[in-house]
Amino acid sequence: MDYFLELFLGGLTRGSIYALIALGYTMVYGIIELINFAHGEIYMIGAFTALIVAGVLTFWGFNHIAILLLASIIAVIYSAAYGFTVEKVAYKPLRHAPRLSPLISAIGMSIFLQNYVLLAQTSDFLPFPSLIPDFKFLEPYSHLIRPPELVILLTTAVSMLLLTLLIRFTRIGKAMRATAQDRNMAMLVGINVDRIISITFIIGSALAAIGGILIASHIGMINFYIGFIAGIKAFTAAVLGGIGSIPGAVLGGLVLGWTESFATGYVSSDYEDVFAFALLVLILIFRPAGILGRSTIQKV
Amino acid sequence: MEPILEVESLSMDFGGLRALNRLDLKINEGEIVALIGPNGSGKTTFFNCITGIYNPTEGNVLISPPGKKRERINGLKPNQVTEKGMARTFQNIRLFPNMTVLENVMIGRHCRISSGVIGSILRSKATVGEEKKAVEDSYGVLEKFGLSGYVNDFAKNLPYGAQRRLEIARAMATEPFLILLDEPAAGMNPQETKDLVQLITRIRDIEGISILLIEHDMRLVMSLSDLIYVMDYGKKIAEGTPDEIRRNPVVIKAYLGEEAHAET
Repeated sequence: MDYFLELFLGGLTRGSIYALIALGYTMVYGIIELINFAHGEIYMIGAFTALIVAGVLTFWGFNHIAILLLASIIAVIYSAAYGFTVEKVAYKPLRHAPRLSPLISAIGMSIFLQNYVLLAQTSDFLPFPSLIPDFKFLEPYSHLIRPPELVILLTTAVSMLLLTLLIRFTRIGKAMRATAQDRNMAMLVGINVDRIISITFIIGSALAAIGGILIASHIGMINFYIGFIAGIKAFTAAVLGGIGSIPGAVLGGLVLGWTESFATGYVSSDYEDVFAFALLVLILIFRPAGILGRSTIQKV
Repeated sequence: MEPILEVESLSMDFGGLRALNRLDLKINEGEIVALIGPNGSGKTTFFNCITGIYNPTEGNVLISPPGKKRERINGLKPNQVTEKGMARTFQNIRLFPNMTVLENVMIGRHCRISSGVIGSILRSKATVGEEKKAVEDSYGVLEKFGLSGYVNDFAKNLPYGAQRRLEIARAMATEPFLILLDEPAAGMNPQETKDLVQLITRIRDIEGISILLIEHDMRLVMSLSDLIYVMDYGKKIAEGTPDEIRRNPVVIKAYLGEEAHAET
């Protein structure tokens, strides 16, 4: 039973990171129907920024908690700025182009950012300091859950709660939902759609950066390529849950995390991706729009 | 007095096709003006040109909102045109289907709220106050349009006539001085049409908002309009009061075709 619980919590941790990144995919898709393939790179840039800032702050002799908070805040702001810029440079000029063009532009942006970090930093794996302190009260349960995992769970839960409140109850949230449902009509009732799209990118990128910092300090290693793999997994999570749906992204992330965790624990770690993607194929066969996605019936 | 909307020789080309050809139109404050014409004559294109969805190829769109300066608005984005005080509805209903009736109307109030993104996220005192007022105003609008029974229903679940009314209510929530209605009576039964006529008259008489409407229901057009413009093939072929239009041979020809006219 303990083993099951360990795998369950492991899957939950992993799944919540997928969910954090998947939210960015799903929000952007919901608003402009674009798969933002450069989203994984934003996550990677978040982790790198945190690493650099943490290095500088350690050198200046800051304490652990201050480093964690400052590095996270700076990394989140910096990544959000990247997300904002990517949209302005690579997607906005293509707003009225056929749908394939921004998609290609997104793939180009992803490759560009990867190589930019590769050249500006290094191709080696860099050790990432474990920024999250040890909690004394967790020691009796250390075989089940360790401090970084607890922090990941809490942070993702709080982020998702805030996002839900933002979308449901604020004016910006209403404008975002309206834009997602009918962009032209949203403009006609006076919503500045360009600004709403920018805000969506900023929020998505900030969430991805939070994910990047958390996972990097959990695993302890980063390189320029982590964004690609995490991006593909999170994209899978978004599709699994029903792309465009925010609860769907969270559910998809968790389902994916559990599948991988249990596959690793009960079968073999070599098979984790096999199970994850077999699940994706199965779900898409029976529910093509994803678990919570609404299938639209095309009227002919 | 200056007309509140003045369109001067407006043209719109799509590639080689001239969808609008040097169209002139004027609306004075407090008037109900109708735009009629056979299908495909360019009426909706005209609406799209003056609300910023299309950028017209030639010509001027000038507005003089009551109490404000005269201004050229070609090339503005739709949200900017709405901020200037022109709101519109569509031929096919375009509500936000998965939002509640109240939210649909509140969205309309957005452009009249001044607090920005940061205030909305941090929920500053000014924002909360403004949003509270927006909710109250929206309830007021819903009441006027007989929609207060539906406040928390999803827009998609409303009966057809109520959806039409909600569309007009949402447009009204942007506080326009001119409202453009694209076939508001389309698909309505006679009773709903009758209610609509009352509603439109009330918007003009009580709210003091001018109206430009596209409509195929001639009885509605004739009973409501102060002035009628007739279009065919992107051109204006006639303008005048309902009586003048009814007797105008050019209009009869455009609607019924040459032969039919010859027989009568």
